[in-house]
Amino acid sequence: METIKVIDSLHASLDLALPEVIMALGAMALMMYGVFRGEKSFSAVSWGAFGLIVVTGLSVMDLAANDITVRTIGFSGAFVVEPFSIFLKYLILAGSGAAVLMAMDFMKREKLARFEYPVLVVLATLGMMIMVSANDLISLYMGLELQSLALYVLAAFNRDSLRSTESGLKYFVLGAVSSGLLLYGCSLLYGFTGTTNFDALAKVAAGDLSGSAQMGLIFGITFLLAGLAFKISAVPFHMWTPDVYEGSPTPVVAFFAAAPKIAAMGLFIRVTVGLFPVSEGVEQPWQQIVVFVAIASMVLGAFAAIGQTNIKRLMAYSSIGHMGYALVGLSAGTKEGVDGVLLYMLIYLFTVTGVFVCILAMRRKEGMVEHISDLAGMSQNHKIGAFVLSMLFFSLAGIPPLAGFWGKLFVFLPAIQAGYILLVVIGALASVVSAFYYLRIVKIIYFDEPEGAFQPQPMALRLILAVSAIFTLGLTLFLQVPREWTSFAAGSLF
Amino acid sequence: MWIYKLIVLLPLIGALLAMPAGRMFSARAAELLTSGLMILVAVFSWTAFFSVTGSQADLTVPLFTWMTSGDFHVAWALKIDSLTAVMLVVVNTVSCLVHIYSIGYMSHDPHRPRFFAYLSLFTFAMLSLVTASNFLQMFFGWEGVGLASYLLIGFWFHKDSANAAAIKAFVVNRVGDFGFVLGIMATFMVFGSIEFDKVFPQVHHFENHTFHFLAWEVPTMTTICLLLFVGAMGKSAQIILHTWLPDAMEGPTPVSALIHAATMVTAGVFMVCRLSYMFEAAPAALAVVTVVGATTAFFAATVGLFQNDIKRVIAYSTCSQLGYMFFAAGVSAYPVAMFHLFTHAFFKALLFLGAGSVIHAMSDEQDMRKMGGIYKMIPMTWAMMLIGTFALTGVGIPGVEIFGAPLGFAGFVSKDGILEMAYAAHSGVGKYAFWMGIAAAVMTSFYSWRLAFMTFHDKPRASADVMSHVHESPAVMTVPLAILALGAVLAGMVFYGGFMGHDLAAFWGASFPEHGATHVVMTEAHHVKETVAVVVWAPFVVMLLGLGIAYYYYIRHPELPPKMGQSRNGLYLFVKNKWYFDELYDFLFVRPAQKLGRFLWKKGDGFTIDGFGPDGVSALVLKITGQVVRLQTGYLYHYAFAMLLGVAALVTYFMFFGGAN
Repeated sequence: METIKVIDSLHASLDLALPEVIMALGAMALMMYGVFRGEKSFSAVSWGAFGLIVVTGLSVMDLAANDITVRTIGFSGAFVVEPFSIFLKYLILAGSGAAVLMAMDFMKREKLARFEYPVLVVLATLGMMIMVSANDLISLYMGLELQSLALYVLAAFNRDSLRSTESGLKYFVLGAVSSGLLLYGCSLLYGFTGTTNFDALAKVAAGDLSGSAQMGLIFGITFLLAGLAFKISAVPFHMWTPDVYEGSPTPVVAFFAAAPKIAAMGLFIRVTVGLFPVSEGVEQPWQQIVVFVAIASMVLGAFAAIGQTNIKRLMAYSSIGHMGYALVGLSAGTKEGVDGVLLYMLIYLFTVTGVFVCILAMRRKEGMVEHISDLAGMSQNHKIGAFVLSMLFFSLAGIPPLAGFWGKLFVFLPAIQAGYILLVVIGALASVVSAFYYLRIVKIIYFDEPEGAFQPQPMALRLILAVSAIFTLGLTLFLQVPREWTSFAAGSLF
Repeated sequence: MWIYKLIVLLPLIGALLAMPAGRMFSARAAELLTSGLMILVAVFSWTAFFSVTGSQADLTVPLFTWMTSGDFHVAWALKIDSLTAVMLVVVNTVSCLVHIYSIGYMSHDPHRPRFFAYLSLFTFAMLSLVTASNFLQMFFGWEGVGLASYLLIGFWFHKDSANAAAIKAFVVNRVGDFGFVLGIMATFMVFGSIEFDKVFPQVHHFENHTFHFLAWEVPTMTTICLLLFVGAMGKSAQIILHTWLPDAMEGPTPVSALIHAATMVTAGVFMVCRLSYMFEAAPAALAVVTVVGATTAFFAATVGLFQNDIKRVIAYSTCSQLGYMFFAAGVSAYPVAMFHLFTHAFFKALLFLGAGSVIHAMSDEQDMRKMGGIYKMIPMTWAMMLIGTFALTGVGIPGVEIFGAPLGFAGFVSKDGILEMAYAAHSGVGKYAFWMGIAAAVMTSFYSWRLAFMTFHDKPRASADVMSHVHESPAVMTVPLAILALGAVLAGMVFYGGFMGHDLAAFWGASFPEHGATHVVMTEAHHVKETVAVVVWAPFVVMLLGLGIAYYYYIRHPELPPKMGQSRNGLYLFVKNKWYFDELYDFLFVRPAQKLGRFLWKKGDGFTIDGFGPDGVSALVLKITGQVVRLQTGYLYHYAFAMLLGVAALVTYFMFFGGAN
């Protein structure tokens, strides 16, 4: 196949992984700096981490400019770079960069200003980048665990808070269970195919297999996907999400909500469509899993969110639902489907980051508030903020002409083309139900008796919100641009 | 040509500019603007009147194409003939005087610009109606005056009774309009056009035409005319559809004078006259018009006998007089119907505005039982009201002619003319109409004098406080009264020759069918007048009779009427309660409609649609939410269990149904 370029030399492989290398070395340098400078170094390390993320981004851009238009495999087949992974790396870096910026003010105010936070974010980001570039079960697991371990610590970052430590512990224990499932799946795949390399795996799976070997592969992929579903908090592996969202510090949740989901979704796509491509008319077993998980996530996300009073918990269920919608696109197993998922994740990243900026802004003199009722009458005191937040919620509800509408449209269309009508109908109905709680927030913002005003926001947050708002409101005008990117990225998988 | 366009459009401009003028400058600016425009329009109208009538002019002034859809073309054009010219002077003279009068009458109201905007809007709509060259244009004006009427009846929107009356007027008129619309559609079906000038020449082809409906062969023209007449009944408050008119008195008094006496309510009469070519082809429909008109004349007069609200008495009187006009039209005496419409506009507007002046003087008191003894305090108003009463009751000297016209007040000339026509028709319905008219004339005389006596004479019955404030109205109100009084005295005698005398044919031109029933009945009436004494003398005698009774009860023995009121005589109660029409409608229509509405609301909408629709679904959603939220227990082992259960379920599924098998 001419669509694959294999790089043999270690030197050239290192070139391929240059962004990851930069990130890894930078993370260690920042940690050293922090250790020697002590607690006061929070700001410096944060800015350093942000700079590191920017530099890494530039280095990814350099790779992209270096004619990486096809699958380019290095490190003896363990590491792959193609437009698909490059696109995801951009998204991950954007999410992480925002998370670092969003945290600075908050952490200082809440007396959580420890230099480990930016370092952990950088390490988790490194893990995610490895995840989306993994081309081997071993590198997959390595990236996944690097990310997860950093996230466990981040979840419990407010170690003096009972809720934060509880959420960290829950996340850790359940994460361990999911890792166990994932590892078991990996071992089954290895056992029945004799290889851990994705390309080799795909070749075996496409070949003529005995019945029991096929069954083994199915079991393997089922366990593997269960482990990954945990990472994107898809039902029924979502149970940790509400508790962690509610308990962890808000900037950490903002980080959780975007970047790790994107990385895990990338991996999800790679081990499904990448390993077991859908040929015309024959349904792959993983598609059934995806359909099941998608329906369960959309429905649960819609219904459970209605009962919430805490806005972070509500966002947890919202994210569960949104992962369900993204999976609808994947269920088609086609290039258009993957294209739709990528676009969906892009839109999701921008929208949800904007929402979390607003949640961070819910600060009164007496401290942070996070009840939905605290937003009451926000429109009276913060006209622009209230408008932007309402638009973001409209977008999440998928109301045209906002960005969220296009996201849903382009994941539903391929599913319809692939014949998953029922799935799409359920998705549409679930989005009607979910529209209720988004609109209820808008109603609270605009029509309820005003509560007190919120404290002003630092400039960095306003900037992020502005970007998010412009993207969400204006996407319709330049929809073609991201569509070209996602289509290019998705094309490199097929 | 431009003069006709200006006549129609200037009031519209006034209506549009009144509110901005009131806001930018002052309420006075709005008053002066609209009134000034109306004076101009009134002058133009009289110019047009003298140039059109008698000149045989029949012209159409095209304005623009309104709509075109397939074969259906509607142009907006002004049809100017004698009939229109008469209506133009009636509408614009009264409207102009009412505008001016309102400057004084409404001087304490904070919403004057709105009031004047509505008045001008009404005038515009009424002018669109009378200048219509096709049915649709007429319908536009028809609905426009309905809207203006609604807005003006409910002008004092803080009064619940005014709002209710406005809605009542609108809803009852809807019933009539439904007939009108069906009539228009039927006309288009049959004639393929709704242009008057295209329909009228074709009418004779359809005189004996019938169409098949269910099991019957139905005469086409009769059906169309009856449908159209239903519309006329609604607008002109004829019996069955009359209930809105008395309630409409909730509006300011100038409105009652303009809309509910002089102009809008006569639109039905105008419509029948305008469509005389069609009605002539439907004798059965004409008979219905006669009977309905005569019955209304009688019925409304009886109800007017014992009303205590000064405006309601005049309102029933209006209703009754409209009945006269209809039965005149019903016996094909369209010129006479229009003549009475013309004279009635003057003296009825006079009476209403006079009543307004009284109300103004009595500190907004409308109950005649709380008036009396004020004629010396407001002599001008008293004199004007007397003139109005003379005209309405038909004071004149029978048999004496002056310059070829009967000697008497306006109402005498036109009303006696109508009665002559009814008699001269020599038909059953004509006789019925004649005797009903005579009976109504007795009662008209009685209640008019009762009104005059109760209001102005006898001992004062108002409180001392009110009496101390009684004052004559300012000139801005009394001068319009004087002008109307001039009309009430002279309009009959001056215009007799043209409207129904020797110059008849020249005056009307082609407004009505020249030969046929109209010609016959008009000629016959002249003959009857000379040979049958009862026709000449009966109205005069009964007028004196009514005056005598009123004098006996309200001047000589004012203690009697209250006693009568206490006697609870059956007939008295029947009349006093307006023949129980409101109660009957309440029982027949309002309450069943409310019941049906309540049923559809509670059972249909609330229980079925909401229950299974929005409410049911949302309740279901909340129920599911409650259960889903309960899944989130917070226990780690539950979470882990859910994950394992999920994997187990998937694996099990694949073992039994999955791809490998």
